[in-house]
Amino acid sequence: MQLVINGAPRQVSENLSITELLVTLAIQGRLAVEVNGEIVPRSGFSAYYLTANDTVEIVKAIGGG
Amino acid sequence: MNEQTQMSAETDDLVIAGVNYKSRLLVGTGKYRDFAQTQMAIEVSGAEIVTVAIRRTNLGQNAGEPNLLDYITPDRFTILPNTAGCYDADTAVRTCRLAREILDGHRLVKLEVLGDQKTLYPDIVETLRAAEILCREGFEVMVYTTDDPIIARRLEAIGCVAIMPLAAPIGSGLGLQNRFTIREIVETVRVPVIVDAGVGTASDASIAMELGCDAVLMNTAIAEARDPVKMASAMRHAIVAGRLAYQAGRMPRRTHAAASSPLDGTFFT
Repeated sequence: MQLVINGAPRQVSENLSITELLVTLAIQGRLAVEVNGEIVPRSGFSAYYLTANDTVEIVKAIGGG
Repeated sequence: MNEQTQMSAETDDLVIAGVNYKSRLLVGTGKYRDFAQTQMAIEVSGAEIVTVAIRRTNLGQNAGEPNLLDYITPDRFTILPNTAGCYDADTAVRTCRLAREILDGHRLVKLEVLGDQKTLYPDIVETLRAAEILCREGFEVMVYTTDDPIIARRLEAIGCVAIMPLAAPIGSGLGLQNRFTIREIVETVRVPVIVDAGVGTASDASIAMELGCDAVLMNTAIAEARDPVKMASAMRHAIVAGRLAYQAGRMPRRTHAAASSPLDGTFFT
């Protein structure tokens, strides 16, 4: 299925949880995830299954003033 | 320092939202060469509160790159997420909610809602709107604002925990442009006043502290110095010097000279 992840379309396998998506993308560490504008708490990553055309934002802290 | 000033310096904490800090220097983490340099400069600055920005993670070939929070760790520093790059209240609020999720429910945020890219000047209408929403949601809001005492009072009334007027535009390094308005804000509000943005060198930081500001927040002045680690040290000393001078109370200004040596008892005529 296709998702929009951090602004770019991306093909991923069906029935993918957020936890599995992060593994697929090789992303780890402190981050926050928004699906269709709603924050999904970290504790809910493994139970949250994505659906086609979901818009996903994965953000982290970077250097700034 | 003699024993007495040392003692008074030890009890002269900066208190923000009920938390005590020893350092009155807050620093950003942007524009450094790498995380090692960021870490060293911040270490030397003595800062306890450190700002970060919230951005998309890199996907693809840069996935798994080092994370700032592995170097500047939340167990050692108070991480202050900012809303840099936000030009409206809703985006700023969204950024703060994401920051709270990244930092495990952490409530202290630096709100900045900017007006345009040329001046990076705060948009006060949007800033007030965002501050209201964030305070209602339980955030502890340190707010970047113009050097306007009336707006400062409004932001305090909304519930902001620190008022952070600019000294000069972000990243300009022009130093404190209006001593009068900064002084007015210091006299107007009860929450800490922290000069944020526009400091260029150590004397600028001292001037802000001498005016009675509670602290100074800076990034570019350290990160873009030829030797950032040495400038971090300079800023640390400048903040302490300015604070002590403020507490000591400066001598009155005079129009004419006043001799320091007694005029009586000279052996010549």
